[in-house]
Amino acid sequence: MLLISCPNCGSRDETEFHYGGQAHVAYPENPSALNDREWAEFLFYRDNTKGAFAERWLHSTGCRQWFNMLRDTVTYEIQAVYPMGSPRPDTPGPAPESGTASTAADSTTTGTAAPKISGTSISGTSTSSTSTTAPEGATK
Amino acid sequence: MAETAAPATTRQKDLSLRVSPAAQLRAAFETDSVRGLVELSEVPFLTMVGLRVNRNSDAGQRVASVTGGLPAGCGGVAGPGSTSVLWLGPEEFLVVAPTEAHESLGGDLIQALREALADGEGQVVDLSANRTTFELTGPRSRAVLEKGCSLDLHPRVLKAGTALSTEIGNIPVVLWKTGEDTFRIFPRASFADFLGRWLLDAMREYASPEVP
Repeated sequence: MLLISCPNCGSRDETEFHYGGQAHVAYPENPSALNDREWAEFLFYRDNTKGAFAERWLHSTGCRQWFNMLRDTVTYEIQAVYPMGSPRPDTPGPAPESGTASTAADSTTTGTAAPKISGTSISGTSTSSTSTTAPEGATK
Repeated sequence: MAETAAPATTRQKDLSLRVSPAAQLRAAFETDSVRGLVELSEVPFLTMVGLRVNRNSDAGQRVASVTGGLPAGCGGVAGPGSTSVLWLGPEEFLVVAPTEAHESLGGDLIQALREALADGEGQVVDLSANRTTFELTGPRSRAVLEKGCSLDLHPRVLKAGTALSTEIGNIPVVLWKTGEDTFRIFPRASFADFLGRWLLDAMREYASPEVP
């Protein structure tokens, strides 16, 4: 059983949550321009990552809000919980400071209660997608 | 088309015809409650209103002035006296008020909330029939709940005056700790029978003498 830290409610049992699949799957900008193959890939094709995986979760029994979570698919370690709409905290980007996630409470689903935890403690120096340093509060 | 249904206002309100979701368990609640240790009863027909409003918006502040405040975060309960507002989500609240507050009995709570919201962003929905209320009271009530609830119910964590959405016996409920040894449990009406029987079963061991 996972103990998941909901940004609004704190730590709750996994049974209170529903899994929402892979996070950061952007809706195509111009869906009508896609061919069948591309449309099928948008709808059905998902990563099958071994290691850190960004996924969506819904606290369906509690506050009924969606949030994103970075979870290791091997160890089940929850590395980060961050609001919908903010970038993945551990993404190694071109700029060194790209590893810092936005802490702005601009999420449409979490309202005013932006989580205190975001991936800010992960420095941009990690080049692999599997970061070993969990952000503060990830296992709260 | 001719009017086929009589206007509802002319119908006599016969309150004795109402059946609460756990009415069939009332006798069992009476006989299986363990006096002084743990007692279970149904508090039927409370007025409940679903509120969806941003508490920082103008509409939220107007609504808060009617209810006596809106809770700020998870577990919060606001409101003085008999009308309370339970936090369900960042912009979702449940108003719990006595039966007489319902507009069918002449109360004006729901109308006042609607008028306070006006054309602001949000919802005021009468949810009185959505959930029923169980009241579990007595020094063993925490032990009964702990058989099917994963929350930490110890008094140093769960203070009186806290309401949380969770699961009890795999049934989604709102659990409201109203006093040191008193819990109000709000299951949806269709789960009331199951949860009532589940709680009676969990209470049964306290009717027997304690095994040293």
